Amino acid sequence: MNAPVSMGPRPRNLLDFQDWSPERLTAILDNADTMLQVLDRPVKKVPALQGLTVCNAFFENSTRTRTSFELAARRMSADVLTFAAGASSVNKGESLRDTLEVLTSYKVDAYIVRHHASGAAHLVAKYSGKPVINAGDGRRAHPTQALLDAYTIRQEYGSLEGKTVAILGDVRHSRVARSNAELLPKLGAKVVLCGPATLLPAGLAALPGVTLTTDPREAVRGAHAVMALRLQRERMQGGFLGSLQEYADTYQVNERLMAEAESGAIVLHPGPMNRDLEISGEAADGKRSRILKQVENGQAIRMSVLYHLLVGRE
Amino acid sequence: MTPKATILTADEVRRALTRIAHEIIERNKGAQALALIGVHTRGIPLAARLAQKLSELEGVDVPTGMLDITLYRDDLSEVAQQPIIRETQVPFDLRDRRVVLVDDVLYTGRTVRAALDALIDLGRPAGIQLAVLVDRGHRELPIRADYVGKNLPTAAHEVVKVKVQETDGVDSVELWDMEALR
Repeated sequence: MNAPVSMGPRPRNLLDFQDWSPERLTAILDNADTMLQVLDRPVKKVPALQGLTVCNAFFENSTRTRTSFELAARRMSADVLTFAAGASSVNKGESLRDTLEVLTSYKVDAYIVRHHASGAAHLVAKYSGKPVINAGDGRRAHPTQALLDAYTIRQEYGSLEGKTVAILGDVRHSRVARSNAELLPKLGAKVVLCGPATLLPAGLAALPGVTLTTDPREAVRGAHAVMALRLQRERMQGGFLGSLQEYADTYQVNERLMAEAESGAIVLHPGPMNRDLEISGEAADGKRSRILKQVENGQAIRMSVLYHLLVGRE
Repeated sequence: MTPKATILTADEVRRALTRIAHEIIERNKGAQALALIGVHTRGIPLAARLAQKLSELEGVDVPTGMLDITLYRDDLSEVAQQPIIRETQVPFDLRDRRVVLVDDVLYTGRTVRAALDALIDLGRPAGIQLAVLVDRGHRELPIRADYVGKNLPTAAHEVVKVKVQETDGVDSVELWDMEALR
């Protein structure tokens, strides 16, 4: 057996990164290398989670995160119970707690939770008593997305130490931005968050290794990776923006803006993209783009997270 | 702290590997269409040394690979501290090759079972044989080695420590009492 590596207490859940040591986060990234190898083989499956049942509990619409988690669990030989709130008794008024009790009676061993309310994943962890992976809760956190972003950047540069990552757009509503701002500095990178002042909560500047700016050129200057965030048009009714065109003219990640970044800087986007709004088609499809790589890496990262949380758990 | 006994010295390890190399050649009527795959961690240098000996004896370059079996283990409760999964690297086609799986110690047989599963997921070899430096007994599965450097009857409270030059700076096989290692 491989020697156990000391990385601090083993967290029960992945809700955000508060209880996760840099060593344990690095181990997730390291083990994702192996998971990518598994995905490249003729038999894209290992028996590590055989006998376990993972519930994909999605109370909010999602295609790529749900499929990515579902495939990740299946690649590890877990059984997957997919629960989509849109087609469930939640629509008839059933509470989250009651829904959970029903699901738990099916002998579920772990939950992957996506919910429109911030903190919902914590609630599931509290009531289910099973390991929970947060697959996005409200504006709060989307830790596996941040891990796959970190992994994609590390793949490019070998390490995150000393790298600068600029994240542009609707920071206010973005759980991806929040999770990246929490994770990347733990792994040695600096984060610059950038957007219109109305979409840039000042409180985030208190996070270690994070700076805020409303100037996109300043944000990307010297950046090794530039991430465009989806402009959440459904949340733009509060007068956050003058106009979409004005936003695109100033904050769009495009070739012109990328010229200010490091020469080899890469472009990231958590998807789904509003092409020609927060990102130009040219930047999304160009040679700097690692957007499809992010999707591929997402599955490996989720396999690694499932492995870390579930294997050997009594 | 000292071991209860030194079972094999560096010279004896060398001679055991030489004998195994001869046995591999004899059983397979040469070294053509063979491959050696070491199981992490100490199986890997042992496989490399066997490949070197086969090359010296038969003039054939036998491809070598490395196998990590962490994702295939069935004793999950024992890995609660999360081992790092190491690299599996088999950079050649397994089809039509006879694979010699190489490990340092054969004990319960669970590692070998996991290695067989892992190997078969990588391709379909013509056959799989097993070479170990030490067979210490206490099998929990119906598995036996084809090539054994040293058969060593042990008690359950004893630990067999194989050291290899590449990772430990010395070649030896030692028998320890588990209590002494705690």
